[in-house]
Amino acid sequence: MDNVSPIEKVLKLAALTLILIFFMFPIFWILLMSFQTNETILRIPPSIVFEPTLSNYEALIRGKLVSTAGTLDIAFMSNLLNSVILSTSSVILALLFGVPAAYAFARYKFKLGEFIAFTLLSFRFAPPLLVLLPLSLIFQKIGLADTYIGLVWVYQLIALPLILWIVRGYFEDISPDIEHAYRIAGHGWRKTFLKVAVPLAGPGIAAAGLLAFIFCWNNFVFALILASADKQPVTVGALAFVTASGIQYGQIAAAIVLSATPTLVIALYAQRYLVEGLSLGAVKG
Amino acid sequence: MSLSLRHISKSFGRATIFSDISLDVAEGETVVLFGPSGTGKTVLMRIIAGVEDADNGIIMIDNRDVTNSSPDNRGVGMAFQNFALFPHMSAYENVASALTAREGSATIIQERVNSIVKLLKIDHVMGHSPRELSNGQKQRTALARALVGAPRVLLLDDPLRNVDAKLRYEMRLELPNLLRRFGSAVLYVTQDYKEAMALGHRIAVLQGSRIIQAASPIDIYERPESLIVAKLFGDPTINVLPVMPRLHGDEVIIEIDGVSISIGQYYRDAVGIEASLALRPEHLVVCSTPGANSFPVEIVAETPLNEKTVLLTRTRSGTEVLVSMPAINEGTIPLGLGFVSFDPKSVLLFDRSTERRLRYFDR
Repeated sequence: MDNVSPIEKVLKLAALTLILIFFMFPIFWILLMSFQTNETILRIPPSIVFEPTLSNYEALIRGKLVSTAGTLDIAFMSNLLNSVILSTSSVILALLFGVPAAYAFARYKFKLGEFIAFTLLSFRFAPPLLVLLPLSLIFQKIGLADTYIGLVWVYQLIALPLILWIVRGYFEDISPDIEHAYRIAGHGWRKTFLKVAVPLAGPGIAAAGLLAFIFCWNNFVFALILASADKQPVTVGALAFVTASGIQYGQIAAAIVLSATPTLVIALYAQRYLVEGLSLGAVKG
Repeated sequence: MSLSLRHISKSFGRATIFSDISLDVAEGETVVLFGPSGTGKTVLMRIIAGVEDADNGIIMIDNRDVTNSSPDNRGVGMAFQNFALFPHMSAYENVASALTAREGSATIIQERVNSIVKLLKIDHVMGHSPRELSNGQKQRTALARALVGAPRVLLLDDPLRNVDAKLRYEMRLELPNLLRRFGSAVLYVTQDYKEAMALGHRIAVLQGSRIIQAASPIDIYERPESLIVAKLFGDPTINVLPVMPRLHGDEVIIEIDGVSISIGQYYRDAVGIEASLALRPEHLVVCSTPGANSFPVEIVAETPLNEKTVLLTRTRSGTEVLVSMPAINEGTIPLGLGFVSFDPKSVLLFDRSTERRLRYFDR
C-alpha cells in the first residue's frame, strides 16, 4: 500500500472520519448529555458548550431521582447488579452445556442430530411473547417466577442456541486429524476435548460467549414479565426514568453510559482473542 | 507378527472402499502400501490406528486383538500427510505429547524427546510454535512425534507428500536408516512408485478395493502379476503391444507389424493366446540398421530428461513405443527410420483378456 497518492490518502481519511462521526455521534451526544442537566439539554438551539455536572451520576448511584416534582427512589444500581448476575450466569451455564453439545454436533453423526440442532436454533425464531404467556403461568405454579434461577433458565433460550451454532462451526473447522493425532499419542477423548478441541476453538468460544452476553444484557421482554422489581435488570429498570414530571434525559443518558460500559469493556478485552487465528500453520497451509 | 490384518472390509454408504484386505507386517519390516489416489490407503491407516472402524475383519498388534480398542490403547505411532501438529503447543510439546500419557517422569520424557529430535536434526527449533516451522521442519516434528514412543506399529501416511522435491529426496535416503533404529513394524503409504521402491522391503499394491500384489520391489518391477501393476511402476510407463505368440521349432515367435521376432522359450504356455507384450522402455535399444529380433519404427521425438533421454517412436501400425536410455547428446540419434530390439529375457507377456501375466519358465 505504499504507492497510494497523497490525494487518495486524504480522501480515505475524510471518508473514514465521516463514517466514524455518523456512527459515533449518537453515542458521543449521549455521553455529553449525561453530564448536563435537563435544562441545558432541552435549550434551543442546542450547544456543545455547557457547564459539566456529575449530578446525574450522583442521583443514579444514590438511588434518588430528583425532579421538579420532588425526589423519587429508583433502584438503578441494583438493576445494574441484576443485569450482571443474570447475564454472567446465563452465559456461563450456556457455555457449560453449549460447548460440549456443539462438539458432539460437529464431530459425531447420530440419529436426529441435525433435527435436534435445528430445533435448538428454532427457539430463536419463536416470538418471545408467545412463549412467555404460558411460561409465566408455569413458573408461577412451580415457584420459579421472580427468581434468578428461573430467569437464567429462560435466558438459555437466548444464549444456548447462539453458542451452540457458533461454536459448532469453529469445531468443524478444526482438522479432525489434529484430534486423531492426540488420541493416537495415547490420550483419552476427554483430555483430547479439553486440551486440543477447546483451546483451538477458543476464539470462537470467546466470540460466542461475548455475543450471548450482549444479547442477554440487552434482553427486555423476558425480565419485564418474569421478574419483579428486585430482580429486574437495567433494561427494565430504565422505565423508571419516565416520571410523572417529565423524562429525565440527563439521568437516562448517564444510565445508558453506565449500563453500556460493562459490555464495552468485555468486548474490548475479548477482541484480541477474537482476532487471534490459532489454527494457522496447524496443517499444511 | 507385529501387525496382522485379517479380512478387513470397509464401505462408505454404497461405495466399497476395500474388501477382504489381509496383510502382515513383521517386526522391523517396512511395507509400502502403494496405489493411485482414492484407493483407500489412508482409510486403511485410520482403521489400523483406530480412528475409523472397519465393517469387518480383525486387526492384531503384537498378537493382541485390538479391533475394538480405542486409538489411545493400541500402541501405534502415526504421521499424518497434513502433519496434524497441535498449533497451540510448541514443537517440543508436540513431540512430548506422545509420551505424557504413559510416562510420568518429566526427566525421562525430556531425555527421549531430546534424543529423537537430535536424530532428526530439529533440536534447534523445539521452542517454536508449529506456524513458525518450515514445511520440512513440520514434517520432521510430526515424524518425531510418531517415533518418540518407539511404537510397535508405525503408520506413515505419505509423510513426504507435502515437502519439496529436494527434501523428499533427502528424506527418502535418510528414512530407512532411521526406521531401522526403532525396529517397529512400518506401514508406509505413498503414491510415488520410486518412494515405494526405495523404502519398502515389500510393496502391497492396492487397486480396485483389493491388494492385487504384495511382493518385494524387485518382484513387483520385474515380475508383476498383472498388467495394471506393470503400468503403475516405471517411468516412462511400460510399452504394450498386442501380439499372438506362435511356436516355431522349440522357440516362441511373436510378430510385430509383419516382422517375426523370437522371444525364446520363457513363455511356452503363451502359444495361441491373444496376449499383450509389455516392454520396459529402458530394456529397449534403438539402432539405425535392422538386426536380428528387431522391428522397424519411426523415431518421432527425442526428450532429454537430465540423466536419461527418452525417444518417442511409432510402429508401422501406429502404436507409440517409448525408449529410454542413458543421457546422450541431442541429435546423436537422427529422427526418422530406426529399429528397436530387446533382450527376450526382459519380455513380459500378459493374457489380453484377464490382464494376468502368463506363465514364465526359467529354463
